Amino acid sequence: MSNAAGIAFQLLQSVLVVLAAPLLTGWVNQCRAWLQNRSAPSLLLPYYTLARLFHKDAVIAKNASALFRVTPYVLFGCMWLAAGIVPVLATGLPFAPAADIVALVGVFALARVFSALAAMDVGTSFGGLGARREMLIGFLAEPAMLMTLFTAAFISGSTQLTTIVDTLAHREFAIYPSLAFAAVAFLMVLLAENARIPIDNPTTHLELTMVHEAMILEYSARHLALIEWAVAIKLFAYVTIGIALFLPWGIAPAGDWSGLPLAAAALAAKLAAAGAGLALIETLLAKLRLFLAPEFLSTAFLLAVLGMLIHFLAIG
Amino acid sequence: MNADALTGSLAAAACWLATGVLALVPARRAWFARTLAFPLGALAGLALAGFGLDAIWLPAARMTLPLGLPGLPFHLRLDPLSGFFLMLLGAVAAGISVYAAGYFRGEQPGRLALIGLQYHVFLASMALVVLADDAYLFMVAWETMALASYFLVTTDHRRPAIRSAGFLYLLVAHLGALAILLCFGVLHGGRGDYAFDALRAASLSPGWATAAFLLAFFGFGAKAGMIPLHAWLPEAHPAAPSPVSALLSGVMLKTAIYGMVRVIYDLIGGVRWEWGLVVLVVGAGTTLFGVLYALMQHDLKRLLAYHSVENIGIILLGLGMSMVFIGFGHPVAGALGLVAALYHTLNHAVFKGLLFLGAGSILRSAGRRNLNEMGGLIHRMPRTAFYFLVGALAISALPPLNGFVSEWLTFQTALQSPVLENGVVRSLLPLFAATLALAGALTAMCFVKVYGIAFLGRPRQPAGAEARDAGNFERFGMAWLAAGCFVLGLFPTAFLLMLNRVGVSLTGHGLSEAALESNWLWLIPTAPGQASYSPVIFLAVIAGTVLLCWVLVRRFYHGRVRYADPWDCGYPEQTARMQDTADAFGQPIRHVFGPVYRMHRVLPSAEDPAPRYVLKIEDRHWYALYLPAARLAAYLSAKVSLLQRGRISIYLLYSFLTLIALLVFVR
Repeated sequence: MSNAAGIAFQLLQSVLVVLAAPLLTGWVNQCRAWLQNRSAPSLLLPYYTLARLFHKDAVIAKNASALFRVTPYVLFGCMWLAAGIVPVLATGLPFAPAADIVALVGVFALARVFSALAAMDVGTSFGGLGARREMLIGFLAEPAMLMTLFTAAFISGSTQLTTIVDTLAHREFAIYPSLAFAAVAFLMVLLAENARIPIDNPTTHLELTMVHEAMILEYSARHLALIEWAVAIKLFAYVTIGIALFLPWGIAPAGDWSGLPLAAAALAAKLAAAGAGLALIETLLAKLRLFLAPEFLSTAFLLAVLGMLIHFLAIG
Repeated sequence: MNADALTGSLAAAACWLATGVLALVPARRAWFARTLAFPLGALAGLALAGFGLDAIWLPAARMTLPLGLPGLPFHLRLDPLSGFFLMLLGAVAAGISVYAAGYFRGEQPGRLALIGLQYHVFLASMALVVLADDAYLFMVAWETMALASYFLVTTDHRRPAIRSAGFLYLLVAHLGALAILLCFGVLHGGRGDYAFDALRAASLSPGWATAAFLLAFFGFGAKAGMIPLHAWLPEAHPAAPSPVSALLSGVMLKTAIYGMVRVIYDLIGGVRWEWGLVVLVVGAGTTLFGVLYALMQHDLKRLLAYHSVENIGIILLGLGMSMVFIGFGHPVAGALGLVAALYHTLNHAVFKGLLFLGAGSILRSAGRRNLNEMGGLIHRMPRTAFYFLVGALAISALPPLNGFVSEWLTFQTALQSPVLENGVVRSLLPLFAATLALAGALTAMCFVKVYGIAFLGRPRQPAGAEARDAGNFERFGMAWLAAGCFVLGLFPTAFLLMLNRVGVSLTGHGLSEAALESNWLWLIPTAPGQASYSPVIFLAVIAGTVLLCWVLVRRFYHGRVRYADPWDCGYPEQTARMQDTADAFGQPIRHVFGPVYRMHRVLPSAEDPAPRYVLKIEDRHWYALYLPAARLAAYLSAKVSLLQRGRISIYLLYSFLTLIALLVFVR
């Protein structure tokens, strides 16, 4: 792999992920509407929303601090970084070693802490409530995510996502029971971390139930647009991490232009299936009571730990 | 050259002692203590850090001072491990001393002179603990450190709560010292002298070696604040003036880690994996317990003290993993664990020092320690708010700051577990990593609470609205430590190589070849392709994106802003009291981890004319361990007092019996 081709791949992937992320959100919304027998909004609706928000004047609370105004940009930066690390189209990207799976979890944690802090900045009761709930979900989802990734790391002997994907994509076809546990745990974490049903409902503003929406209640215009966009990238990044770990086949090595069309087609198909699956889950499940969320997530945590132990039992 | 580093370190310690003594004169106005003492102390700290840094790269230097008892001179030795801890002590103390120069300025002369003396004696004694090369000097310095810090803790000795906190501290410190003394006794085994060389040379049977390990582990653990010997820590740290809390938590706890590493790796030697498991289990308990109790606190300094307990647990996790690997004969993975533990020791010193200083500035300007009475301080104290944010992000183990690097290294150590032959231990190590992950996420929650309640939102009490930012000295002290958080976080390779040198000098083995070839940009702990991390790229991408977005949004759209009242959800009367409180923020954790706490809660009924909600959370250890122990002690002393009859003839009989016994035994 030449360096220039690697960097070209890196830039291509980063820009592509950032631009395509709202499309996945639109697709999930469309699928959900179909499943719920509603007439579906346009696939491009998230883009229109973003454009509309960018045009508006930002309304900021009088007592907001600089932290409040910086946070949307920081969130966007964190998610961009995550999008650059995850092997979406190709493995072996030049910037991928900058952060391994632990650092990747760290990026999401950084984003979470900033959004929780910004929520408490204005000093409304909703902001604090949202921040508290978000951290409650985060403190269990984060270790569960880490344990899921550790299972994959133990199988491939590396914590670099790109090496993990390389190993998993080119192994002989065998069923790893540990990965099955990890996959279930990962799915649960994905739902919780991306504020989906059954943990949170992205479409509600009912104070009894909202988590993520309560945190961003004070935001408007370009700040809100950046946050919404970052949320879309986050969902995209999580889904692609899941694909990379559990369905890695078809991914191209960096610099291999000929493998790119196949990789892109495979990715599109997998994303479409994942988005439809997500919509199905959201349609079939009901939202859990807030205090059932820790149980849901500790199940995920235990499943992930169990997967890791099974890996050791299987080889030991 | 290396003797120079030792002489220089001694000179710096002597400079601290001299500053301390000079602070007393002239006592009436305490002119020296007010103006020069603390800046001089900071300079001596910087010099000490420089000498320590130097010593890491040099072979060990020795010196014998003709002080102390006749025939028992003081032995001193400066090797890479001592050098590393001297650097930690000097660099952190420098920042804290500059801060103290501003913080103590307004004290009354008499008090100030005394604080100046105790503070600098405390610093000098910590330097001597690290430099000591015989058990005698070590114990002298250790006890001087305990006493100096006791007097600093009880600075406000007129308040009974502080007196009892000081007493508890002294009690646990002495229990620990007793265990350390016994450990030296076991190592000595009745042969030779008490120089560390003689102790190192002693060959112990496995049983005695384990006894020495347990004594050292619990002796130093009492000072470090590991469970169940932690109870003094959340009492004593808040009692002290804030710069002293920063020293206690940032530096003094680290001397206990130093002692643990020195005695277990160096003096006892032949580390066994079973010891590592003991350390891991205690470390995991300490980590989780510390953070869960920290989440329940609303007193800022108590909360920080509980986080010190947690971080000591994280250091122990690294040490324990290192011992397990070394015990099983994998010294390279063992070296990684040791590096992770020592790195976290340094990181914790820096960010916890910073956080305690920030808490001190809040206490000084808003006059409050209770989080529930703060709020909106970011508007009044923007600089303190920034430094505190750096500390809070660092302790929450968020990249690209320093706390993340050492936790990352600890995770990498745990991920080496497939090399172990023992299947049970192999699958246990990742469980400890899971504990660490849980604790890290809980810490982030706790510091969102601290920062959100104290600095963000609106002032909950009128006093908070008049708070002023910290003065120049205080700001400089905090800026120094905040810069440390960035440097340690962004350029970890330099410190990795330093710590590798420490590890080689202790165990004879270092990190893998690939790890030593890490450059400033890439940190590679084991092998490329296995794990890597580049904090500089990490920060550059985030900062670059932030900047790019900012420019693009303004280029393609606009930067117009309108200011308005916060959205009030249709309720016109939104008051500051409707914000979340610290206790409310911890409520979900109380709900999830209920059985961990000893909770006393009184809910008012609907008809209550004066409703009052009471919630009291206590440490279970008090009721399970400390109070029974205290009752036992009282019972035993009551029995012993039977001997005291108050009649001279009985006492003469005792003397007579003692004489007979001595004649029988000492022939």
